[in-house]
Amino acid sequence: MSMVQTAPSYLEDGHGLKSWLLTLDHKRIALLYLMSIAGFFFLGAIFAGLIRLNLLTPQGNLVQPQTYNTFFTMHGLIMIFFFLIPSIPGVLGNLLSWYIFIVGGLFTVSAALFGGVDTGWTFYTPFSSIYSQSNVVLTVVGIFIVGFSSILTGLNFIITIHKMRAPGLTWFRLPLFIWALYATSLIFILGTPVLAISLVLVALERVFHLGIFDPARGGDPIYFQHLFWFYSHPAVYVMILPSMGVISETVTCFSRRKIFGYNAVAFSSLGIAVIGFLVWGHHMFVSGQSLYAGMAFSLLSFLVAIPSAIKVFNWTATMYQGSIAYDTPMLYTFGFIGLFTVGGLTGLYLAAMGVDIHVHDTYFVIAHFHYIMVGGAVMGFMAGMHFWWPKITGRLYPETWGRLAAVITFIGFNLTFFPQFILGYLGMPRRYHMYPPEFQSLNVLSSAGASILAVGYLLPVVYLLWSLRYGPAAGANPWRATGLEWLTPSPPPTHNFETPPIVQDEPYEYSTWEAEVA
Amino acid sequence: MWFSLPLFPPVASTYAHQEDLLFFFLLAVTLVFVALIFGCILFFALRYRRRSPDERAQPTRTYLPLEVAWTVVPLVIVLVIFVWGAQLFFTAMRPPSRAVEITVVGKQWMWKIQHPDGTREINALHVPVGTPIKLILTSEDVIHDFFVPAFRMKRDVVPGRYTTTWFEATQPGTYHLFCAQYCGTNHAGMIGSVVVMERSEYERWVQAQASPVLPASAGAILFQRLGCSSCHQTNTAVRGPALGGLFGQVVTLADGRQVTADMGFLREHILTPGRTPVVGYPQIMPTFQGQVSEDQILELIAYIRSLARDERAQGGS
Repeated sequence: MSMVQTAPSYLEDGHGLKSWLLTLDHKRIALLYLMSIAGFFFLGAIFAGLIRLNLLTPQGNLVQPQTYNTFFTMHGLIMIFFFLIPSIPGVLGNLLSWYIFIVGGLFTVSAALFGGVDTGWTFYTPFSSIYSQSNVVLTVVGIFIVGFSSILTGLNFIITIHKMRAPGLTWFRLPLFIWALYATSLIFILGTPVLAISLVLVALERVFHLGIFDPARGGDPIYFQHLFWFYSHPAVYVMILPSMGVISETVTCFSRRKIFGYNAVAFSSLGIAVIGFLVWGHHMFVSGQSLYAGMAFSLLSFLVAIPSAIKVFNWTATMYQGSIAYDTPMLYTFGFIGLFTVGGLTGLYLAAMGVDIHVHDTYFVIAHFHYIMVGGAVMGFMAGMHFWWPKITGRLYPETWGRLAAVITFIGFNLTFFPQFILGYLGMPRRYHMYPPEFQSLNVLSSAGASILAVGYLLPVVYLLWSLRYGPAAGANPWRATGLEWLTPSPPPTHNFETPPIVQDEPYEYSTWEAEVA
Repeated sequence: MWFSLPLFPPVASTYAHQEDLLFFFLLAVTLVFVALIFGCILFFALRYRRRSPDERAQPTRTYLPLEVAWTVVPLVIVLVIFVWGAQLFFTAMRPPSRAVEITVVGKQWMWKIQHPDGTREINALHVPVGTPIKLILTSEDVIHDFFVPAFRMKRDVVPGRYTTTWFEATQPGTYHLFCAQYCGTNHAGMIGSVVVMERSEYERWVQAQASPVLPASAGAILFQRLGCSSCHQTNTAVRGPALGGLFGQVVTLADGRQVTADMGFLREHILTPGRTPVVGYPQIMPTFQGQVSEDQILELIAYIRSLARDERAQGGS
């Protein structure tokens, strides 16, 4: 290491439980988040595994229907509210939001322990508000609490980005990851309150029988769907935008090329965040909303596809004439671009109203959003994880194992979810614990893929933990990346920089930067 | 069944043919873009692979025409898909006027179906080939969804309102009927079949059914039994409006609003008359909430529909 370390690294600065649980250092908070969401991820994955096991046979005779219903509900709730939404932003979050996150998580998980909740993660009324016999109130209180964690995280980012940029770090010198987080934060603070309100209404309806969603009392069950999707569709972009930001960092670093079309990528993040608020009705084409409302939502849904497509084209063009290395983060990046492309294109089928009639609420939808959420968001998370691991821990992980895990994940993912597109077009509805026998072959393929996928996820746990103790020292900048974080030692000292760095370049100046570092 | 690997669902309605066309167009668009993106990534990754650790890449040049092109071309493509998809949707949502009306009531976890002649079926629907069928759907409890993959037809079944959809079967056979909106414990068991038959075969099936009661006749008996007739039929003390010829007419409410007396209005007025008082009549009608089932409301409506303009409601006489 060429730099002389003057201050202890953030990992060495204080030991013991108290120094972690009361820390004000964003890097330590990030690690608290990382450990928590990793725990939730594997909990959610266990539910996914049980779902796939049950669907090995048409009779679905592993578990009772009611048990199955709680499985897919818990899988959805945990993966969405406790992994995907907080994953990347949370790992850069603040302490209060982490505590709120944990309290919310405890509520929701305790609901599972007391017999579970069976509404699906969507809580559709009047099933959730009147008919379900399960722990709906406890669950929605948990989700409500977690919402505050999201809002605080969003505020934290927006204020930091506005007020605490380093000298010389103008808006258009910001890394694209930061633009993506800014867009995500906007959705957090604008959308989360609406989710909170709709879930509170469900809880009030259950406890006090207000009748807001009950047609017998003059309420309207469809009204809940409007409220719910007003948040939950933008929430989809909360899950994918940060990963898109990570990809903008990795694709440039491992191609050693400046991003192609910085402005287009930055503004497409904002475009997605803004238009994303106006497309919620595409979840409701067949629910009974008016034809003309449906048309407006369909058109806007097609428009939101454009900024996403622009990003894919820009990343691809960035690789042109680059110097491309096949390091682990780049393999995940390839995976992200490919799977996100498939996920995005299959979104067009769902936005086309006439086709949506057929594929709505089938496995086609399941496959589509897993290509975005798992193929996209999780792949992006893994890319970022491997990219910044040396910075976070100061250690290098074994590269060969990393590449192997990336390839296994890609193969396992496709085998799991591609058959579900076919199942969906054949007409297999989602949330079925049993199915007609002719769907069995495709279900078995999917379950087989899930077991490969599990290997792909377990491998990194093993070699990343291994690297903490045995991995070689990483040095300040193992990838020769641009970006401020690579100027400080790995792991960084508590205050990140002894003196605030002065930024003089646009991001991703790989053609000139290289000489200075090498 | 282990070895069977179906890849495409049966195509059994007029709409299914039209919908598959757009599906195949979308499939072509998908394949072109996937080939383009995957091809570029693969080619760049091989062609520009890093050959030495100190290698430097060419500086990035901006090229505006390219950026404009890859914004405009996808935009045009999605607009085409949008218009095509919306047109299809209108086709799917607007039944032809000559369609035969069949009512469907969903409840946890079964489908109750009634034909215009009064024949009832549970979890099964028999229809002749080549006849447009309009379904009028409602639910007794939570939201369900009536889904027939072979017809590419799906419609949410919502408590408190009537939704409609339609199909015209083109191919005799037995097809899956699924509930597609998650509705609780036995959601996966809320299934049935749609049996499409040649016309002659269908006639034989109709003959074989136990002699059903016309919904309007059943409604007339209810009309009498529930006491509706005491206000809605007497000539002298005009406590309630006569209902002959009412269906489909525009009704003026006490607050001046004008509404069409369709099925939804009649249903709402039977259950919550206080919310839609009709101009010129004192609001004295009691609610029938909890006293009539969804099936009975449908029968009452069938009876009211059957009354001609000058015919006074006669009850079950």
